[in-house]
Amino acid sequence: MPSIRKPLIPLAPHATNSLGLTVRDYEGSMSTLCAGCGHDSITAAIVQTFFELGTPPELIAKLSGIGCSSKTPTYFVAGAHGFNSVHGRMPPIVTGANAANRANIHIGISGDGDSLSIGTGHLVHAIRKNVNMVYIIENNGVYGLTKGQFSPTADVGSTTKRGVPNDVPPIDPVELALSLGASFVARSFSGDKKQLIPILKAAVEHHGFALIDVISPCIQFNNHQGSTKSYKYMREHELNEIDSVFLQPSEVITAELPRDSSVSIAMHDGSKILFRTLPDNYDPRDRNAAVNYVSRTKANGEVPTGLLFIDQESSDIHDLNRTTEEPLITLPFKKLCPGKSELMKFQESFV
Amino acid sequence: MTQQIDQTGLDNPDPTNSTNGSHKLPMKVNDFAIRFATVNGTGSASANNLLLKAIFRMGVPVSGKNLFPSNIQGLPTWYEIRVNGSGFTSRATSFDLVVAMNTQTYETDIASVRPGGYLIYDSSWFIPTKLLRDDINFLGIPFSTLFAEEFSESRERILMRNIGYAGAVAAAISLDTTVLAELLDETYSSNEKLRNSNHRALELGYNYAMENFHCPLPLRLEHISTNKDKILIDGNTSTALGCIYAGATVAAWYPITPATSVAENFTKLCSRYRSETITLEDGTTEVKNNYIVLQAEDELAALAMVVGASWAGARAFTSTSGPGISLMNEILGLAYYTEIPAVIIDVQRTGPSTGMPTRVQQADIMECAYASHGDTKHILLFPADPEECFRFTAKAFDLAEHFQTPVMVLSDLDIGMNDWVVPKLDWDDNYNWDRGRVLSAEDLESIAKFYRYSDEDADFVTPRTLPGISTKGAYFNRGSGHDRFGGYTESSDSYIQVVDRLVKKHQASAKYIPAPIVETKPGARFGVITLGSCEMAVKEALYNLDQDGLALDYMRICGFPFPDEVKAFIDSHEITVVVEQNRDAQLRSLLILETGSSPDQLRSVLSYGGFPISADLVVDGLLNQLKD
Repeated sequence: MPSIRKPLIPLAPHATNSLGLTVRDYEGSMSTLCAGCGHDSITAAIVQTFFELGTPPELIAKLSGIGCSSKTPTYFVAGAHGFNSVHGRMPPIVTGANAANRANIHIGISGDGDSLSIGTGHLVHAIRKNVNMVYIIENNGVYGLTKGQFSPTADVGSTTKRGVPNDVPPIDPVELALSLGASFVARSFSGDKKQLIPILKAAVEHHGFALIDVISPCIQFNNHQGSTKSYKYMREHELNEIDSVFLQPSEVITAELPRDSSVSIAMHDGSKILFRTLPDNYDPRDRNAAVNYVSRTKANGEVPTGLLFIDQESSDIHDLNRTTEEPLITLPFKKLCPGKSELMKFQESFV
Repeated sequence: MTQQIDQTGLDNPDPTNSTNGSHKLPMKVNDFAIRFATVNGTGSASANNLLLKAIFRMGVPVSGKNLFPSNIQGLPTWYEIRVNGSGFTSRATSFDLVVAMNTQTYETDIASVRPGGYLIYDSSWFIPTKLLRDDINFLGIPFSTLFAEEFSESRERILMRNIGYAGAVAAAISLDTTVLAELLDETYSSNEKLRNSNHRALELGYNYAMENFHCPLPLRLEHISTNKDKILIDGNTSTALGCIYAGATVAAWYPITPATSVAENFTKLCSRYRSETITLEDGTTEVKNNYIVLQAEDELAALAMVVGASWAGARAFTSTSGPGISLMNEILGLAYYTEIPAVIIDVQRTGPSTGMPTRVQQADIMECAYASHGDTKHILLFPADPEECFRFTAKAFDLAEHFQTPVMVLSDLDIGMNDWVVPKLDWDDNYNWDRGRVLSAEDLESIAKFYRYSDEDADFVTPRTLPGISTKGAYFNRGSGHDRFGGYTESSDSYIQVVDRLVKKHQASAKYIPAPIVETKPGARFGVITLGSCEMAVKEALYNLDQDGLALDYMRICGFPFPDEVKAFIDSHEITVVVEQNRDAQLRSLLILETGSSPDQLRSVLSYGGFPISADLVVDGLLNQLKD
């Protein structure tokens, strides 16, 4: 993907985070996506998230597949290692990378075609394995880079720019993930950074697979009248009644906690998610409630957003494998190779 | 079973006593072949392995070839044991003794006995008269009747009947009964009931044969000592050991015959060598695994996981067979172009498509050499037996990391799943792994700026960095067009600069791969080139031809790219015949393409029916190719 370095224009001093880094340290190259693309808003939210969390950039591993969305890792955290792989295959590549070095923070950026067409099988199995990663689907219902074919998330009746309606039922990544037992399922809208950032922070701190489906309108090919993934449609149909606040460990101690929080969830690292303004009797730890809520509101033509489900007690891929805490890549050869005498002993049963 | 036999118009031939001496074999000491025809899923493997191991322990070179169906239970299956004091143990084509325990296959089994040879069969049932031969000896043992009396439970009866034929064979070939008894004691050391049943069954078969036939037959085993410092092992076990010794920590795989036991053995070995039990402060214990085995959703994902793990800095591998390689092509191209190490074990089976999953071929050579779209070339290693599987596999990790590229180890079903007598595996404790050019945080401190595809060394390798180390080493790994700085490019010159280095890097690896094995004879005009599991059959064929006055030079190629001496070998012979196990002469094609040899210089002997290649086929093929 073409990329342009950002001009370094001297600006007023930026605020610094716990590492003494500024938000510029979490930016990447200039985006080459179309002006107004929803993906750029998501990139901005990611930059803000890592900056505010004070994540060491070198610990971030950002991976993607192929498509417009998959270009975006170039546009955030220049100091992180990036891997723009092949179409649909990002999940198993992250699975391997995370297996090898569990200390890194893995974030995968994908699109609706990448994740729900060519790579569906991989997404499904990364969820099953509960790979500890943030998985963002930048969902616009359309293949942008190949100029406007329907993607698997296009709703029935949603039309192309020329007015041709889609007649194949869509895959809903949120319902898919919930049914597969995903331990963290959220939906957001690229036009709502205020909602997205706390969700991203919680996803980074979540111990396991965190799926965030972000509706991200394609300004070129899917933002017209008749599209159900347009800015206008989303503004009219978004149902944003699951409001979450993310508090980092330091904030948990110092901040004045919002009083209207109905559910509070402690994360592994000491941070906290507070849920407010939930619909009646909604508990984001109750998978069935989440499934019912999503299908009920969808039937009303609404698109529910927010952190819909979280299971903070889930076992990730390394818990299940009982992998040593130390990243596997740091184990010295002497510890891995049993040596000659063991080889001789082993062969005693082969004589 | 009786229903399977055509009994119309039969009288009971009772051929049990047809050992009338009219078709006697000459006495054969430590040189004969036995075939066992059984039904799969009946436990015959235990009986066959018992005999194989006992012969091995008598010090005699031996091979066991399992010719099994792609099925779990109820279909015909064969096992062949070849004993040869001189060490020629490639697959035999005719058999001195056939044990026919499966009435469904009587016709082929009876036909596979060489004239003068012996057939042991279950005389509880009839043999159709039309199948009788008067040039072989029928030795009937009423296994079913005998074992029904001795073993009441039906499953046990079936299992023990097989041990029973092992007893009869032991008597027939003068197998040392002490060795057999010891083996049974070892195998069932923790299960007294089973141990006793086995001993009883073995004796039953042994005694019946001793009492009713002129045992031992002229097929004699005698103790010799050629198996000192040797082991009996299958290639998939030694391949898995190679992965352990090389320090692989991540394995990703998808079940597939005949490669499954590589990953399964690796998992087993990991729990033996890589699991630590840690005692916590409160006195409880916890298991900590210094490895991870990922059973992937498919082979494509398996290799993607390996590439992800290698990118992150682990030694990682996958094991598969041809169909898996087809799926992995996409990721092979990615790893090749982005220069990420990966080790792929390909235990080859018969293609194309699903092919014959339980039959052998060497038919993935071309596909692996150039796997994936675009201009790609890969490093291949061709082990010839389980000992090389161990050594070459360990070597593959060094090569992959040194050259930052996928390395494929092309084993096959014959090597991988059959037990071979090979020299004991050895390991040098002074060895240290070659991680290639990986920059540490300190290395990065000492340089002005890091560019992923710049600063090539003499092997055309550029340094890489791992995620998690330093922002200074951060780069964007991409399968899209990139320049020598690692940046995206659509510029011809920048693109060419990188891909031209890649082909030079591939060529530079030739001097690092195991050298070809060469054996020359004075005055030989012709040469023979082969690879992998053809070795045994080719060597035997060359020995036989040499005895008949035709001296041929021999070269076994151990890897790709080819070192210069391969071209020199071809050029120094009038004709070179390439012996391999596929239809399309893939190694020959690769030699023509990559050494610049003329097609006129190279001829072919091919075996591709799915059974391991035999010396007879090689002799006939070579004579045919060299007759003018």
